[in-house]
Amino acid sequence: MSVVIKNGHVIDPASNTSAPLDVLIIGDRIARIGTDLRGSEVLDATGCIVCPGLVDIHVHFREPGFESKETIATGSRAAARGGFTSVVTMPNTEPPIDNGGMVEFVNRRARETACIKIWPAAAATKGRAGAEMTEMAELKAVGAVAVTDDGSDIASSWVLRRCLEYADMCGLTYLGHCEDASLVQGGAMNAGLNSTKLGLSGMPKAMEEIAVARLVRLAKLTGAKVHVCHVSSAGSVEIVRWAKARGVRVTCETAPHYFTLTDDAVTTFDTNAKMNPPLREAEDVAAIKEGLQDGSIDCIATDHAPHTPTEKDVEFDYAPFGIVGLETSLGLVVTELVEPGILTMEQAIRLMTWAPAQILDLPAGKLEQDGPADVTVFDPHAEWTVAPETFLSRSRNTPFAGRVLRGQVKAALCDGRFAYREA
Amino acid sequence: MATVSEGEQRVWTRKDLIGLEDLSRDELDMILDTAPQFLAVSERESGIKKVPVLQGRLVVNWFYEPSTRTRTSFELAAKRLSADTLTMNVAASSAKKGETLHDTLYNIEAMHTDIVVIRHSAAGASRILAERHPSHIINAGDGAHEHPTQALLDAFTIRQHVRRTRGDGRAGLDGLRVAIIGDIAHSRVARSNVWGLTKLGASVVLCGPRTLLPDAFTRLGVDVTSDLREAIDGADVIYVLRIQMERQSKCLFPSIREYIRLFRIDNESLKAAKPDALIMHPGPINRDVELSSEVADGPRNVILEQVTNGVAVRMAVMHLLVNKPRVTA
Repeated sequence: MSVVIKNGHVIDPASNTSAPLDVLIIGDRIARIGTDLRGSEVLDATGCIVCPGLVDIHVHFREPGFESKETIATGSRAAARGGFTSVVTMPNTEPPIDNGGMVEFVNRRARETACIKIWPAAAATKGRAGAEMTEMAELKAVGAVAVTDDGSDIASSWVLRRCLEYADMCGLTYLGHCEDASLVQGGAMNAGLNSTKLGLSGMPKAMEEIAVARLVRLAKLTGAKVHVCHVSSAGSVEIVRWAKARGVRVTCETAPHYFTLTDDAVTTFDTNAKMNPPLREAEDVAAIKEGLQDGSIDCIATDHAPHTPTEKDVEFDYAPFGIVGLETSLGLVVTELVEPGILTMEQAIRLMTWAPAQILDLPAGKLEQDGPADVTVFDPHAEWTVAPETFLSRSRNTPFAGRVLRGQVKAALCDGRFAYREA
Repeated sequence: MATVSEGEQRVWTRKDLIGLEDLSRDELDMILDTAPQFLAVSERESGIKKVPVLQGRLVVNWFYEPSTRTRTSFELAAKRLSADTLTMNVAASSAKKGETLHDTLYNIEAMHTDIVVIRHSAAGASRILAERHPSHIINAGDGAHEHPTQALLDAFTIRQHVRRTRGDGRAGLDGLRVAIIGDIAHSRVARSNVWGLTKLGASVVLCGPRTLLPDAFTRLGVDVTSDLREAIDGADVIYVLRIQMERQSKCLFPSIREYIRLFRIDNESLKAAKPDALIMHPGPINRDVELSSEVADGPRNVILEQVTNGVAVRMAVMHLLVNKPRVTA
């Protein structure tokens, strides 16, 4: 069985390739990348970009515990439709992924139900309670690709320091959800003019920045490799930039909503604009874009955080934090970053493939002969309207409903099989 | 366009009253111009304080937070308009566990409701209801967001005094200086008054401890200071907010004793004020905390007039929302 993707424009950031080429897939491997290739099945990619399957190192698939929001099965289908063939799942499930058995559970469910590759991140502390570290050597041995208490920060700097040292010994990167929760109790949105007008409790940018600063200082102290999750503020970008210039082993990600929206989206009390960290202000959006341009921000991740319509259809204060992102990420990157000329298509694809794969050393995010046949084909000019009711995700919580985007996935192949193919 | 000018007459078009941020000056004037006829109803010599404006209508007072003043004021307003009234007091905590806000309103509306007056601890609660449900929604306070009828009755009370003292039956709030003193950060009354007073032409200064006074208010066109004397110097109205004792445990100010030292309105601090400055308070008063007894009982306060006017203003709002009458200035 062979598939040849013909007439497309191949972009592979890992090899600095950007050229009209065909890709021949035999079985689960890429057999050749070249011209005039033949295969038993032809996928016509005229007008399309052919790139490595996208990689998202920050998603919540909610299994086990919250299967009404999402499962590994539904999350993987949403991911494939968004062009992703590799995702890193966060451990804040119920029970949390904080021991080897739980990692094996995720791996088994992935084998049984997922159409893409699931790389589990495990908790850094037992029960995500921020007190005792997890058995990281075992977690690593059974396939965890990182450790994190994502969803909350580790409040104790002592515990965080020891987790960083131990994780580094085990060859695991620590993913930091940076938030000094003691600064605001019950915060619901960014602190600023809009929170003042709306009478909602504000989460100041300092809440995130204090924790980013703490993490990079502890990374410097311990020499450990750390990754800052979901950077939302100009100050956080600046701190990461500062740390990188001083040789700290730090990387960071941002999410499409942080370069697309400001807290103006909250002024209708739309709970689909409620996430943590919260949407910030215009100056932050500008700084995020600048960080993506100059490399201070290493990759784009969605922080795909599904919640059911019922959970979100409540008073703003009572709604859970988080939005889905997998099915809109590529469209937002193309529409908000590539089309206005902030990034080239090659840079954008790097931030969604090779760059995140490198952060966690995943065997993904590149096109190479004999490598895994994880390939995404998308039409960068195709225009479409975000319609949450058509999502393959089990949830609908997006602030982008009705938005017109450009850049639509035509097919995503994972290990040579179609994980998604446009009908 | 919420209002339509037709010569001297204006027509109300909004379904709901959610906040004064949304209203135009024209709309504010329409409410204030409609209220006097209802004030007259409550003050009839015959003692029959009722008009058939909402006869056969159902007004539901739906309170998620304890309230005596606002709830009774709305209830009386509805009764004096001849509406049927129903009051539901809900403990927010139990509501949070069970039925959703929308589901509760669907149930209320199944009984053919016309007006729903809602007070809720969560900002935006009335707004999300108004967007989805056919009832006329009146916000009786949503978290720290808005309390529009309070600010309307405040503006009405100020305007009444200005007209009386100037002998000018058409005088407005233009050129007046209003100082609002207290816990601005948590106050929906302060927010609605900032919108209402500035739209009506007054200038506003907000005063309180830095911990309870967000900087962002300066971007709404008002002055902000933590110096009480500076705030009340030259003010025509001194509006005192209730200070909640619980804030002390959240590390927002050190003690009531120190709050009194810096922010209490009493005869001593009033030396910095105009001798004829009005003293207002949304109630209930913490006697001798934010307001000394001598001032609370003194000649400058119009606190009970605020309460009286509250009924008339709420009658005016209900009449406008349901009957959409033409209003003449």
